[in-house]
Amino acid sequence: MRPFQYTRAPSLAEASNLTAGENTLAIAGGTNLLDLMKLQVETPGQLADINRLGYADIEDTDDGGLRLGALATNTETAVHPRVRSDYPVLSRAILAGATQQLRNKATNGGNLCQRTRCFYFTNIDQPCNKREPGSGCGAIDGIAKLHAILGTSDQCIATYPGDMAVALSALGATVEISGDKGERSVPVRDFHCLPGDTPWIENILERGEIITGIVLPAPVGGTQIYRKVRERSSYAFALVSVAAIIELTDGKFSRADLAFGGLAHKPWHDPRVGECLLGQVPSDALFDKAADILLEDARGFGENDFKIPLTRRTLHAVLSQATEDAA
Amino acid sequence: MVLQGQEVRLADTITVNGTAYPIPDDPRVSLLDFLRQHIGLTGTKKGCDHGQCGACTVLVNGVRINSCLTLATMHDGDDVTTIEGLGTPEEPSALQRAFVEHDGYQCGYCTPGQICSATAMLEEIAAGWPSDASETLNGKVRLSSEEIRERMSGNLCRCGAYANIVAAIEDVAAGDRS
Ligand SMILES: Cc1cc2nc3c(=O)[nH]c(=O)nc-3n(C[C@H](O)[C@H](O)[C@H](O)COP(=O)(O)OP(=O)(O)OC[C@H]3O[C@@H](n4cnc5c(N)ncnc54)[C@H](O)[C@@H]3O)c2cc1C
Ligand code: SF4
Ligand code: FES
Ligand code: FES
Repeated sequence: MRPFQYTRAPSLAEASNLTAGENTLAIAGGTNLLDLMKLQVETPGQLADINRLGYADIEDTDDGGLRLGALATNTETAVHPRVRSDYPVLSRAILAGATQQLRNKATNGGNLCQRTRCFYFTNIDQPCNKREPGSGCGAIDGIAKLHAILGTSDQCIATYPGDMAVALSALGATVEISGDKGERSVPVRDFHCLPGDTPWIENILERGEIITGIVLPAPVGGTQIYRKVRERSSYAFALVSVAAIIELTDGKFSRADLAFGGLAHKPWHDPRVGECLLGQVPSDALFDKAADILLEDARGFGENDFKIPLTRRTLHAVLSQATEDAA
Repeated sequence: MVLQGQEVRLADTITVNGTAYPIPDDPRVSLLDFLRQHIGLTGTKKGCDHGQCGACTVLVNGVRINSCLTLATMHDGDDVTTIEGLGTPEEPSALQRAFVEHDGYQCGYCTPGQICSATAMLEEIAAGWPSDASETLNGKVRLSSEEIRERMSGNLCRCGAYANIVAAIEDVAAGDRS
């Protein structure tokens, strides 16, 4: 690890001031940042420790929703009584990620900002446009099993690896952000970016901006499912995951909020997929149609071609299960 | 003005197994290296140094974490328990005894992490925390071997002693229930 200065941020304002500088990164749980610093993928000159700023509570909002502190841990969030009963898709998504030890340390803010697990990105001897702009993308003609099939660019085909944000996207949650220019709220669906020509930009946070919380809207009920397909049944990142909130009324879909992990540089939310289900009676043909819409522009890169049929089947399985559960 | 970390510290020390130790000067020192190299508690092991194996699992304020992915300097005022703090050869903890009785290891390298992890896991189950293997999120946790395997998935064993590790934990869990 390269030498760095460690500073405990005494206040949120000071944390913003510190991280507004060129070479300073916030550190929360450290489970992603320290990993990358050991690999010299991240080489900050200074770390601003934000752990003792507060923003670690999970509390009811006035409209019946729930605010998850950015510094609450993934475990505290997944086991919170209201998350378990009102937002089960979120508990399930968190519990499907990493391990108990990691979730005990990982924070909600850090989880949103976790970086890709692309092998070329984490190996400084390899070309990678995200880590070193202009050096090329090793994955496009290389090891690309984990990589994206939607929203890719000729610069980068990495995926956003997290689980929690996929559930947050399906739930329509909002990220609360504080910086030197004030506070703003951004839907989780708009928080992460596609790679385009700037693959090193992964989310909309500006320098000096700190995530303070995530707000869940009032509970919507329904059948909530998080289905994660991976190479082993625990302690592995998603190849494909589906977060679904489904409701049937009189045998027809009356709610279908869907988001997908493992497919793109961000949790994938295509409103057309849910819309095509609404008002329709569940059937194999309908599920196929939803998959056709979702995968219309999908493109594989050799090693990850399997993700296209796998996504179709996983969506099918989730919709079948939701239909059974709701009946 | 930039306040240095020291000025907002809770304490100048980290407590490990009941003894307070000064925080290292170099902020790069991981909690794992601090335990092994600075204070000589070599029971905690380094497998991967990247959060991928669980050999470094310790309890911080009663919660299990990977000590390789956290900085010692971030733990001022915290209470750390390592394998050395759970029991002694003369007076082993119930899990330490059960691992010996069930041959829950071969080379033993992963064992301190396994036992620290399992110690916390039994508390988590007592608190009713669900896991990815739980059928419902809210019911009482049924301690099946599937549950134990999922909850212990953060601790790899290259010798593959998993069957005996699960048996050792089941034994202690059964004792807890009776
Ligand atoms: C072996 C392994 C397996 C894993 N498996 C999974 C998995 O299956 N699914 C999954 O979802 N995740 C998985 N993870 C990733 C894990 O969930 C993340 O490392 C963790 O959530 C990051 O949170 P943290 O608090 O430790 O972040 P940190 O490491 O502290 O920070 C990560 C980044 O976020 C920034 N940051 C942190 N907090 C804030 C804030 N409040 N405001 C602004 N910026 C902030 C930091 O500057 C840094 O750039 C795995 C990790 C490991 C090591
Ligand atoms: S896919 Fe993205 S992260 Fe991976 S090598 Fe290419 S540019 Fe880098
Ligand atoms: S040494 Fe910490 S997880 Fe492997
Ligand atoms: S006993 Fe050898 S690694 Fe587990």
